Amino acid sequence: MNTRPSLFSLTFSLPLLIWQLAFFLFPLAFLVALSFWTVRNFQMQPNFDTVNWVKIYSRSVFWDAYFRTLLLASFSAALISLAAFPASYAISFKLGENAKRWMIFVLIIPFFTSYLVRVYSLQVFLSDAGILNAFLGYLGLGPYSMLNNSFGTLTGYATLCLPLVILLQVFSLNFVNRDLVEAAHNMRCGRLRTVLEVIIPSAKAGLVIAGLFAFILSFGDFVSPLYLGGGNPPTLSIMITDITKSGQQWPRAAVVALTMIATLLTVAFAAIKFAYREAGK
Amino acid sequence: MTAKLTHPTRRALLKSAAGAALATPFLSIRAAAETVNLSMLAWYGHAEPDVVGEFEELHNVKFTPKYYTGGDNMLGLIAQSPPGTYDVILSDAEYVQQLNAAGYIEELDPGDYAFDDFFPEFQQFPGHWKDGKLYSVITRFGFLGISYNADVLSESDAASYNVFGDSRLTGKLGHFDWHLPNLGQISLLNGNPNPFDLSDKAWQQVQDSTMALRGQVGGFFDYGGTFSSLKNGQMTAFAGIGDWITGVLEKNGANVRTAIPQEGGLQWTESFSIGKGSRNQEMAKKWIQYITSPNGQAKSADMAAYPALIPNKKGWVVLNEANPAEAKRQNMVLGQQNAMDLIREDRIKYRQLPVQQSLEDWNDFWSDYKGA
Repeated sequence: MNTRPSLFSLTFSLPLLIWQLAFFLFPLAFLVALSFWTVRNFQMQPNFDTVNWVKIYSRSVFWDAYFRTLLLASFSAALISLAAFPASYAISFKLGENAKRWMIFVLIIPFFTSYLVRVYSLQVFLSDAGILNAFLGYLGLGPYSMLNNSFGTLTGYATLCLPLVILLQVFSLNFVNRDLVEAAHNMRCGRLRTVLEVIIPSAKAGLVIAGLFAFILSFGDFVSPLYLGGGNPPTLSIMITDITKSGQQWPRAAVVALTMIATLLTVAFAAIKFAYREAGK
Repeated sequence: MTAKLTHPTRRALLKSAAGAALATPFLSIRAAAETVNLSMLAWYGHAEPDVVGEFEELHNVKFTPKYYTGGDNMLGLIAQSPPGTYDVILSDAEYVQQLNAAGYIEELDPGDYAFDDFFPEFQQFPGHWKDGKLYSVITRFGFLGISYNADVLSESDAASYNVFGDSRLTGKLGHFDWHLPNLGQISLLNGNPNPFDLSDKAWQQVQDSTMALRGQVGGFFDYGGTFSSLKNGQMTAFAGIGDWITGVLEKNGANVRTAIPQEGGLQWTESFSIGKGSRNQEMAKKWIQYITSPNGQAKSADMAAYPALIPNKKGWVVLNEANPAEAKRQNMVLGQQNAMDLIREDRIKYRQLPVQQSLEDWNDFWSDYKGA
């Protein structure tokens, strides 16, 4: 059916469209244009020069940071999804309605405090003389280096993503048809096999989207790699700030940003395609 | 009467509310007519009450600060704002030339400022003058050396930049994340007489010496990260900073300090300029006169956000009377071996932009170093 949209539907959809145009598409177009500008004596000049693209793409330090960030974010998405699943499964399948509501509320509480503040306070736990190492010391272990390395960065990513991933997983598991689970049990399918072959495939879309969110948030995050990873080694987001600090090289920072956006879009489309692909196709 | 005030009738409440509402515009008109709003672009802390409070009261001024981190950040903020947005601009010496070249600051009249009270070294500070014209007035400065945790390292350990390679610092050496001061210090270690004016060969050697330290490095930190990792002992020593960080921590009880090693230290310098097109030039001038006066200087030396040395000799006198402990801590006591002697013995070099290489070369190497 191909009819003109009604005034009613336009009223509700237009604000979103205008929002997207004003705050996503227009800045993105500007970012593309900016990446061809040049900088002379700390001042940006409109231009059409591919020098920024050539310069950034020819530097191995950029590609190192790129693949490092990609790896960290993928690892974070996989690890957090795995860690979240048992919790989400328990909340969705094992708890009563009341307890479920309380758990969801508890998962929302971390968002009450600024992420930056939470990350700063994690330093107290993770530092060499911090709470965790003091505790491990009592057990005769450590001290382990947990701050200013990739472990610190990943801990920060988990702080950022874990509550959200659990919530998304819980919501998708809640929509799994309980009759299917019962049917599986009736056909003498074991518990683990039910989870792997019935529940996870039924909730696949939601689980993949949850992992995608963890990837997106981790890939672009600046706070954790800086304050828990110690910028050591740097990720792409840190690289952007570094570039702007060297004589106002915003055009080059734009190249890095555009590469990040392209990567995120590719991953997002691939993930969504995978999530909604029907079995057998 | 009390009952009437605590439980007013509806009519009384409406009356007083309406009265207050009608009077409000007059209040703001009165206020606007009297208070001058002075906008300041500066590093954090320069427009806080401990520094500007007295001046604000004296001249009925209200400061509106915009704080930045680093000269590039500052230039970006100015470039993005219409002329006249900032009345007074605080800048590091190496960026005054950039401000001037871009036409962001007004020429100043040297006669307006008490340069005669300054130590001779600061009366004609390079970069603040161009073709005999003054563009910026120095207000404070400080030294960058080896900042260390005194629980772990002794003063004699910190007597040479070679300590950065010490096994006790493996994974415990922090960098303030800015290439200029860090590479400048390694350049001093390599024995370059002017650490920023390097031949290609000397520059390559600086890169090699720096890269050799990579395994020692525990992290690259911004302003906040530098504070916290020194304070919680995560980093034992820092390159690229000085008393402007350790002084604050020391005053709050942490056992950290900064030493100027035998290879020498670097000097940072902050100065005030008047923004091009400012509508409050007269008041901006008064502010610069105030903060470079002996009284203003004594306040500036002990600024809560970060302490600094001051170029005004009479300011030293006032500081020694008002706050002898801080004067002693910062080595600003006249008539004995003091901070000025370090400069006179040629142990301190100005931090500046690279002379023979471009800023980009230095920054590119710094990114490579971080990513290595």
